[in-house]
Parts: sequence; C-alpha cells; structure tokens
Amino acid sequence: MNADLRTRLGSLTLPNPVVTAAGCAGSGRELAQFFDVAEIGAVTTKSVMLEPRAGRPSPRMAETPSGMLSTIGMQGPGVDVFLQRDLPWLLSRGGRAIVSIAGSGVAEFGELARRISEADGVDAIEVNLSCPDPADPSGRHFADDPAQAAAVVQTVRSHARSGLPVLAKLAADVPDVVKLAEACIGARADGLTMINTLRGMSVDTRTLRPAVTGGMGGLSGPAIRPLAVGCVYRVHEAFPEVPIVGVGGVRTGTDVLEFMAAGASAVAVGTMNFSDPSACARILREFTEVLEARDVTRVADLVGIAHRTGM
Amino acid sequence: MSLERLPRDMSDNGPVQIRCPVLNVRRVDAYYAITVVAPGIAERFRSGQFVSVGVGGDHSSTLLRRPFAVHDVKPDYGGTVEFLFSVRGTGTAWLAERRSRDLLDVVGPLGRPFPLPRDPVNCVLVGGGSGSAPLFPLAQSLRRRGCRVDFVLGAASSDRVFSAITARRIAETATFTTDDGSFGTKGRVTDVLGRVIEEARSDAVYACGPMPMLRSVTQVAGDHGVPVQVAVEETMACGIGICMTCVIPVVGEDGITRMVRSCVDGPVFRGEQVRFDDVGTIPFDALGAPGWKGSSAARAAESTRDIA
Repeated sequence: MNADLRTRLGSLTLPNPVVTAAGCAGSGRELAQFFDVAEIGAVTTKSVMLEPRAGRPSPRMAETPSGMLSTIGMQGPGVDVFLQRDLPWLLSRGGRAIVSIAGSGVAEFGELARRISEADGVDAIEVNLSCPDPADPSGRHFADDPAQAAAVVQTVRSHARSGLPVLAKLAADVPDVVKLAEACIGARADGLTMINTLRGMSVDTRTLRPAVTGGMGGLSGPAIRPLAVGCVYRVHEAFPEVPIVGVGGVRTGTDVLEFMAAGASAVAVGTMNFSDPSACARILREFTEVLEARDVTRVADLVGIAHRTGM
Repeated sequence: MSLERLPRDMSDNGPVQIRCPVLNVRRVDAYYAITVVAPGIAERFRSGQFVSVGVGGDHSSTLLRRPFAVHDVKPDYGGTVEFLFSVRGTGTAWLAERRSRDLLDVVGPLGRPFPLPRDPVNCVLVGGGSGSAPLFPLAQSLRRRGCRVDFVLGAASSDRVFSAITARRIAETATFTTDDGSFGTKGRVTDVLGRVIEEARSDAVYACGPMPMLRSVTQVAGDHGVPVQVAVEETMACGIGICMTCVIPVVGEDGITRMVRSCVDGPVFRGEQVRFDDVGTIPFDALGAPGWKGSSAARAAESTRDIA
C-alpha cells in the first residue's frame, strides 16, 4: 500500500515532504543529472540577490566532523539572470520552485519579493534572514534581532503576490529561536524554515590560521541535526498551526521521519547533496520504505507526533 | 525510477554515480593507485576529466567526496578506471585500506576534458607530482591522433615522479626534474620546458599540477607563442557545480572576469584565461565584485551563458 505523501505549507501542497535546502542544490540543474527533480517535493533555489555577486575569496570550505564549514558570500548571478535562465529551466523540468531571496537591506528584500512574484510558476518565497544587515556595523544578521527580522518579513509579505506563501528562514544561533519565530509569524510569515547554518570556526592546525576566509563560516551537516530537531520541536510546540520546513543534517529517510515527528511538515536536504548527488531521491525512497514498515498511511499525520502524549 | 522516465538531463555523456567494486589497490612509488570496475564511467570518460569518491562508508563522519584525476581507463571487465592519490588525511587513509571487491561510491566522469587538436601536431605534456596523472590518458588520445608527444614531469623527489617508464614508452622524449636532484634535472619543470618546446617544435602545451606551476608553465608557453591548456587542482566539496567552493577568477571570451567553478567550468582552462595572480582573491573587476558596476551588455551575456 502506498502512503499518501502529500504535505502542506500554508496554501501550498507538495506531493511529498522532501525538498532541497537553499544554497545546496543551485536551481536543480546539476542534480537533475542524477535524479528527476520533478519527483521530489520542491527545489529551494540558492538565495538570489538583486545584483550579481562574486562572493568571498577562497578558501571557502573546510571539512569538520560530520559536517562542513563554508563561507560562499552569496555568490550568484543576480535576480535578472535567475528569472531569465535558472527559474525557467527548473519549471520546464516540472520542478516546483521555492525561491530563496536575500537582500542587502530591507528595501531590497521588498524589491526581490516583487520581482519573484511577477514570475509565473513560483510556488513559495523563502526569506533568508541569515545575511548581514548593512545598516548594522557589527555585521549582525537580520535574524539576530527579532524586530529586524520581522521588518524584513513584513516587507516581503507586502510586496509578494497575495496568496504566494512566504517562509521565513530562521537562524538557530540566536538568544531565543521561539521569540524569533514569534516575530516572523507576527509579520505574517506563512511558514518557517529552520535552521540555517550555525556560525563556527575551524583552525588549520598546519598554518595555525582560520581555515576559511574571514575566520567564521556556516556549519552544516549531520553535526547540527539534534540542534535543528530541537528548534523545530520547540517552535512547533509554541505554534502548532504554523508549518515548518525542517533543515539540518538530513542524511536518510529516517531523519525525515525524525524532523516530521518533531513538528516539520516538509524536510530539506542540504549538505548531503554535496556528499551524495542522488541524496534527495534516495532519502525519499528510504522515507517511503520507513512509512511502509510502520504502516503509516498519511505523512500529514506524522507532523508533530512526538508532542502527543500517550503514543 | 524506470528507464523510460529518465529526465532529459541524464544524457549519455553526463556523469553517473556507481557503486564500483575495487579491482586492486597498489603502491606506485609514493602514491596509491586504485582501479575500480566502472563501465559507465569508463565509456563516457575523456582525458582531463575526474571522478569523485565517497570515503569512510555510508555512515562516515567524513562527508565530502574526494576528487581524483583519472590516470588510466581500460576496457577490461567492461571498463575500469584507475586514479592515484597520496595519503593526506583520514579520507585518503581509508581509501588506502580498501581491498579487492570492496565497493566504492564513485561519481564521474566530471568536468570539462582537454580539447584535442584536429591535426597531428606536436604536444608537450607538463606535470607536477600527482598532477601528472591525467596526462597519461591524454598522451594516449594524442598518440591515437598521430600527434607527437613529449613529457616534462617534475616532483619534489624521485619517489614522487611516477610512471617514468610509461612516460618514456609513450612519448618521443621524457624529461624529468626534481627539486632535490634525486632524479633527472635538479630544478623545476619550467627550467627545462623552453628547451623541450624548441627541440620538439611543440605546437601546444598541456599542463596539470599545483597553481604556481601552472602559472609558470603558462608564462613559458606564452613566451614561446604556444597555446597552453591547464588542468587545475582546486579543493572542492561536491564536484558537480552546486557548492560553489572551488571558484577561481577566469577571464571569459568576452573579456569579463568571473569567479567560475573549477569542477564544472574546468578543471581544464586555457592558461592565459586563468588569473593566476588573483587566485584566492576576488579581483575588483570580477563580475559581481564589491562595487562592481556591470554594463547591461555584460548582464545580457550572463543570462545566455550556458551553466552546464
């Protein structure tokens, strides 16, 4: 018996809960050499900015235990090229597109939301709140201040086409992730994606210098999964009606089950795409096998099941 | 996924991911060589391309694939692929412990191959250390086209110059250099390259090795008016173009510098297009650099550029 894999993110229904994480799949084109991008729930595209960005100098990456540290610096072609080249490619292959946007200021987020909304076929906008706020000289992220994060989400919501779901992507290395979630929900986010990479450092013990340019990088991979699951659990507990895309070190179909039990409605695969280019298709297959073994008929019934007593 | 439903992007010459049985693991001087049975990769392979190999097994805490240039492809067992490496860390140490019949997760062939000349011209192949590896299948391809092949191979010491016998067998001449003088001429490949180009009347140079070596080889080839193709060895996480960690500054045909991915836009580039002096930086005039003000023409060019 095949389980009903459909899952909902606000007004958006996905055929199954496995999606790619922003920045870990391009716009799907490279991964399409290894599996059919139309078969997974959606492709979350690499954060698009208004202008082309060259990113940071190398070295941009260091391997860490069960993870990696990276600092790409938002390299990308800018929204014009994204809309002319990358998005049409994904849609032409039948892929569903969650478009991640990153502004270098609140106003730019609004402009991006407007531009993305004008394109046909976009399924949702994800707001990358983990980019530095240029108005803040300390280099803090929008997500570091719930009020700033809310201002961004509000601007995106007001510029986005009505009915287009807006997901706020939360950072977890903040004083209180539940407060940050509350601020974004108050600003009318339709859902939350959590978590982004965690700021960390690796020192090259040969050169005795930080291993990546600029010192700090974003930590990702299975090393951060328990932290991500914990954040999803706490936020789902506080706001059980708000859909969550769980992200952080998803490696197997069982990990999808774990995130959904904690409260996620969909689950994004990030770093594992680098490690295994077939990861999304494999994880979806493993997940359906897990469902079959447990006699689950509807994945929607799994969302937040770890919170229910008497199970 | 049924065969009928393969998306169009799974083309006959694109990369494939295969669990490959190890045929053998052997020591080659200071290196290890692993041969895997991988027909799908062997039949698609063109010289200059590489493979990426998962290390540590399915539950490994070492997540990132290791990229290796392909040293040899043979038709045995439907198609085998050989790559060389030295043990540098836990990943390569694990690989060195593989035994015959163990399975390896291999993706390939990856990257753009060396362009081959249409005519039977004279080619000099320059390699540094393990960077010599991809030059051997290239030499075979060039020989099949009737090209003259001359080798210049350099390394730190004699045990790091590998396949000297093979090089001598395939090539018209093979010149060796070592930093310590333990084998061949004491010095760098570029100390002898100019003489080889002149004596062999070389029409083209192919090079693979560390970035400073490629920079010097490009300089020498340029001084002799000979075109040069270089294969870079950048560290990378994914090898397929999605992680954006292996970028280097390269000047395009349109004169615009872009931070391009070594894995899919390379690893082979025309030497003069690589901004060797700016590797490890974002040049101020690179597309999208801080303060960069691109012309509308540059942006239009970008939107039509193929990203595959």
